[in-house]
Amino acid sequence: MRNLWIFISRYNAFFLFIIFFSVGVFLTVKNNAYQRSATLNSTNEVVGTAYERLNVFKRYLNLGVVNDSLAAENAKLKTKLLDLTTIDSAKDVKVIDTITHQQYTYLAAKVVKNSVTLRNNVMTINKGAIDGIKSGMAVLSPERGVVGFIRDVSEHLATIQSLLHKDTRISVVVKKNNALGSLVWGDGNFDIRKAYIKGVPNHIKMNVGDTIVTSGFASFPSGILVGRISRTNVATNDNFLSAELNLFNDFSTLQYVYVVKDNKAEEQKALESMVKPNE
Amino acid sequence: MGFYDLSTPFIYVLFLLLLPFGMPNILLYLLAFGTGLTLDAFYDTMGVHATACVVLAFVRISFISISLNKDAIDDPEPSLSYMGFQWFSLYAFLCVLTHHLVLFFLETFRLTEIGYTLMRCGLSCIFTLLIILLVEFIFYKRTSR
Repeated sequence: MRNLWIFISRYNAFFLFIIFFSVGVFLTVKNNAYQRSATLNSTNEVVGTAYERLNVFKRYLNLGVVNDSLAAENAKLKTKLLDLTTIDSAKDVKVIDTITHQQYTYLAAKVVKNSVTLRNNVMTINKGAIDGIKSGMAVLSPERGVVGFIRDVSEHLATIQSLLHKDTRISVVVKKNNALGSLVWGDGNFDIRKAYIKGVPNHIKMNVGDTIVTSGFASFPSGILVGRISRTNVATNDNFLSAELNLFNDFSTLQYVYVVKDNKAEEQKALESMVKPNE
Repeated sequence: MGFYDLSTPFIYVLFLLLLPFGMPNILLYLLAFGTGLTLDAFYDTMGVHATACVVLAFVRISFISISLNKDAIDDPEPSLSYMGFQWFSLYAFLCVLTHHLVLFFLETFRLTEIGYTLMRCGLSCIFTLLIILLVEFIFYKRTSR
């Protein structure tokens, strides 16, 4: 103790310096806003960096546990994914047409067989009578454009007579003036990206670039985009105008389609059948 | 380039430099701290000058104890007239330099502008030293040495 005291008194200049210097720095940091904030910030930075370093090591130590939990989670997710791919989760989508109070229902279906190279192309979807699909229903492409009509229905599957078929006729209008025509394919044209609009009255003007949409008279809802006119005045042997159009829909890459359920189809058919052709 | 901001002389350190030899360390520190606090009160930089003055006191004590034999000191105070130009200028230079270093770094309190701070420090140091030597020569006492 005595030695310590001698030591301290011998180097009293240094110890006094330490004391006074600490008091001075303390006063500086305490009483000056900038110095205080700088001290706090740098202290936080140092502490934060230390924690970060520590965390890196901790992460390594925990790696085994984390790996196990990740593997378990992965297995769980994969099992779930299997469930999802086997269960068809597509649900009915309701489209309410508020102008005509006609209610359409869309049903998503997956294309299980498709053909585009034949003269008359038919595709198959994975929804059938059990899902409420009936012959004659309209089929749309999810992106844009028409696909065709339901042709035959089995319990779980259905075939679609696509637009690329010589007997398919879809009622369409020129969007800018509502001139009625019908959309056909074939007749010497076997390009799946092109179709013809036929039966447009002679006084209607059609220009290249005009948009063609569905009329809504048949099973299709009105206003579905079909294509854009690429060539007018196609020669035909009747008294109506024809035009060639580029289809928006690409039939060769079709994966999913919407089957349109028209809830008033029966009623309309029944009503129209009362009109006798030769009345 | 203007040197107006860069060079600020702090002549008051001369008071601490010229305190007599026989003064106890604790009194020296208290005087230094008090002087610094007085300066701080007017500069509104509480603690900055006080700390710098404490450092100066420490350097003063160390330098004197290293360069002079404590028992053989017969001069009353470490001034230019007693100690001669060479010793006094080195003594003043070391004290003023450390004082200014501590002062300016405490004032800026960051290392990002270290170049600017060092330049301020160096130029102020030269300015202070010049004026200290000037004052010392003006009040030069011819001794019987």
